[in-house]
Amino acid sequence: MSMATAGVSSGLAGIVGSANVISDPAQLVGYRIGDIAPQLAVRPGSNQEVAQIARLAVSEGLTLAPVGARTKLGMNIPLQQYDVALDLTRLDRIVAYDPDDLTLSVEPGIPLRKLAEVLAARRQCLPLAVPFRSRATVGGTIASGVDSPLRQFYGTARDYILGMEFVTGEGQIVKSGGRVVKNVSGYDLHKLLIGSLGSLGVMTKINFRTFPAPLSMQAFIAHFDSAQEAAGMRQRVAQSPLRPLTMEILSPRAAELLSSGVPAEIESGQLPSHTFPKPGWAVVVSHAGNEKVLERYERDLRQMAGAADAIVLHESAALAVVGRVREFIPVALETSPGTVIVKMSVRPGGMSELLGDAAATAEKAGLSWSAIARGVGVIYFALLPAGRNDDARSRVDNVIKDLADTCGRRDGNIAVLWLPDEWKSLVPPRTAQRSDLDLMRKLKNVFDPNGIFAPDPLASIA
Amino acid sequence: MNARLLRDLKKLLGADGVLHKAEDLALYEYDGSVEVARPDCVAFPRNTADVVEIVGLANKHRVPLVGRGAGTGLSGGALAREGGIVTSFARMNRILEVDVENQRARVQPGVVNADLSLAVAHTGLHFAPDPSSQKACTIGGNVSENSGGPHTLAYGVTTNHVLALEAVLATGELVRFGSTAVDPPGYDLTGVFVGSEGTFGLVTEITVRLTRLPEAVKTLLATYDSIDDATETVAEITARGITPAACEMMDGWTIRAVEDYVHAGFPLDAAAILLIDIDGLREVVEAEAQAVADVCRAHHARSVRLARDTAERDLLWKGRKNAFGAAGRISSSYYTQDGVIPRTKLPATLRRVNEIGRKYNLAIGNVFHAGDGNLHPIILFDERNQQQFRDTVRAADEIIEFCIEMGGSITGEHGVGMEKDRLMPLLFSEVDLDLMKRVRAIFNPAGLLNPGKIFPTSKGCGEIYVRPEPAAAAPPA
Repeated sequence: MSMATAGVSSGLAGIVGSANVISDPAQLVGYRIGDIAPQLAVRPGSNQEVAQIARLAVSEGLTLAPVGARTKLGMNIPLQQYDVALDLTRLDRIVAYDPDDLTLSVEPGIPLRKLAEVLAARRQCLPLAVPFRSRATVGGTIASGVDSPLRQFYGTARDYILGMEFVTGEGQIVKSGGRVVKNVSGYDLHKLLIGSLGSLGVMTKINFRTFPAPLSMQAFIAHFDSAQEAAGMRQRVAQSPLRPLTMEILSPRAAELLSSGVPAEIESGQLPSHTFPKPGWAVVVSHAGNEKVLERYERDLRQMAGAADAIVLHESAALAVVGRVREFIPVALETSPGTVIVKMSVRPGGMSELLGDAAATAEKAGLSWSAIARGVGVIYFALLPAGRNDDARSRVDNVIKDLADTCGRRDGNIAVLWLPDEWKSLVPPRTAQRSDLDLMRKLKNVFDPNGIFAPDPLASIA
Repeated sequence: MNARLLRDLKKLLGADGVLHKAEDLALYEYDGSVEVARPDCVAFPRNTADVVEIVGLANKHRVPLVGRGAGTGLSGGALAREGGIVTSFARMNRILEVDVENQRARVQPGVVNADLSLAVAHTGLHFAPDPSSQKACTIGGNVSENSGGPHTLAYGVTTNHVLALEAVLATGELVRFGSTAVDPPGYDLTGVFVGSEGTFGLVTEITVRLTRLPEAVKTLLATYDSIDDATETVAEITARGITPAACEMMDGWTIRAVEDYVHAGFPLDAAAILLIDIDGLREVVEAEAQAVADVCRAHHARSVRLARDTAERDLLWKGRKNAFGAAGRISSSYYTQDGVIPRTKLPATLRRVNEIGRKYNLAIGNVFHAGDGNLHPIILFDERNQQQFRDTVRAADEIIEFCIEMGGSITGEHGVGMEKDRLMPLLFSEVDLDLMKRVRAIFNPAGLLNPGKIFPTSKGCGEIYVRPEPAAAAPPA
């Protein structure tokens, strides 16, 4: 990397003011992605400034990475070069909120927690119960593609983002979609940015549909001896008229991790001590409604759980258990020095077998593991090696290779979301054979022809 | 018509797989809109391999290529604006796989929307997007247009129900997007493909989500003496956080037209009605139906009637879904608009629509998806009267301009097509449109697929306003 830092720094200061250019190495460490620290960080205050910075990056041959609260910079982002961190936390305004229309337009740097407070005042919400929620920004949440247990009911961001404004790699301010709940004018380009890990553009406005906040909440937790039995419960719920807000299967270790030792900053609420009374597989189903609705859920769920031990939590305790489930990833990352988070998706009916295979593979490699499986067919499988050495890495690598094969056989998907920085270049990304990779590359090139952003997430897959 | 192309197509598809005579092509120069454009020929592929070959021939002979389902579209999306081959998916109409356990189905593009729901009804599932034309329109067409329908208020539009696609791009390349599992890796190409109006590729296979049928449904019919009371009811239902499965409005003019045709039992002297479905768990439906009825009464509903049984419910919905057909019985031609506004702006917008009708001395009926602010003014005109047609288009444009002023959109579910290409600059800047065109070029580099759609053409307005050949009065099924 060659970068005339002083010249670039003054160029950036000309755009955002020198107070918003950070060149102090001690501060820049906090902007590391993987093990690369940028030379500078810049804090734009408007979409125009973002566009100017992008154009400067083009003319100076710099690479930019947009960041928010920096909670997920440890993700497996395939960066080769990273000159300037584009810190979007000053772009934290609510551009428009029309509660009676249930629509909202925000800048990316607004913290989820702050936004939730504004929405709660109007008894509304966004279903973004995502990991790192107490610190994360809206933009980072959308760009990273992390999901929420609430997707069981509300779908994912692609289902409730109505439009966006973003800055392309050529420094152009572009919008797609709109701010109404139904709209088919033009291509839905904004969908491409969801989960794109900052590789296509910098979001400067995100338009959402908002939702009425759920009425009083309840969580039903049933305990089973095996993954198969837990998956059977999931299947019975899926085939019933019930429409829960969340539905997760927790492996024995996941239940154990989530019921103890959760870092205070996660703010998931106080969990009653009896939530996970015994080691085993747990199914956590949450739902909301009036008293009659809650009674109905409890009655039906008890019947579906059969002989399994089950408990029901109400209100804040129910919120707490969903909060813990939400934070599975940060909790797993804290658990081992070499935690690797693998995300797998399959048809929901295939989860039980996949969980079984994955557990067997990890155990055969001598690695401890923990997993949560969302009812929609997504498994977060955490490998928890005892160390962070070459031996651990090679075991992890073998397990991932096996998991990729297993997912491929089931028509599923796999992605390694988190792994130790020094392993990132050594553990190859795995995905099933896809015919659309070439189109993705071309898209990347249209949005960012000069390569000022991170490579496309699948760039290194042949 | 290029004789060598015709020979090649016949060789590929058989003589009965190609139409090229003027009398046969006449049917394919229309869709449900007021647009007209005649193709050079119509090809009927039997399978994906045929589609690949057809695209190869279009490339070889350098002629445009336009996909077509049932031709019920309302923006000219399936019309061959610049001539060429219309590829009809009428013969690719098989349901390939139904996975009840995982609530998915894999279908060919020519499967009729309602047929899929019928085929899986015994499993307690259905395909949720339900355009008014669902008894005729195809799922391939739904994917291309990202179609909506009354019940998309609660269930989402087509894009929310598509998991994976197989498509032939303009280059002849066969590509699969998405996956049967959720969250496929990389960019959301499925998401950008759905609603690309046939400009990205010809879809040959679609994997959709199936949705569980609700345990309980209640249908409410609220009758009003004033349109404002009805629109204010809708705004308040939204503001109160109740999401009905569907919330449709019809004004007095439309009610009378429909009643004369369907005899659904709508009150003839009403200024407006709301037709509201509440569905879900019995206990939820009970509470929400009560809450909705209360809102209706608080806004001076003359009566709030609950459909007694399925037969009555079906009849009320038949009335709603045949509103366009009813318009066709009254007027030789009509133009259905498709604007969207924020729901709080419904009262003001309906008032403006009526003013515009008076200004141009045009009869405008309103029947629309009130719950999501998606208007469908129906403007009646006489195709022999050039001045009236021009006024109709002007009135429609003024309605759309008002929608944009209110913070809305030029189309909620019908698509841009060749109807609204010239209106796109009202919503999008040149930079926005340029990026969209560059994305199109990835899939469709030479512009062979569905040319002249979505983006403003270089043609002057005068030319675009020229009255096309008389449009059929047939309803959009």
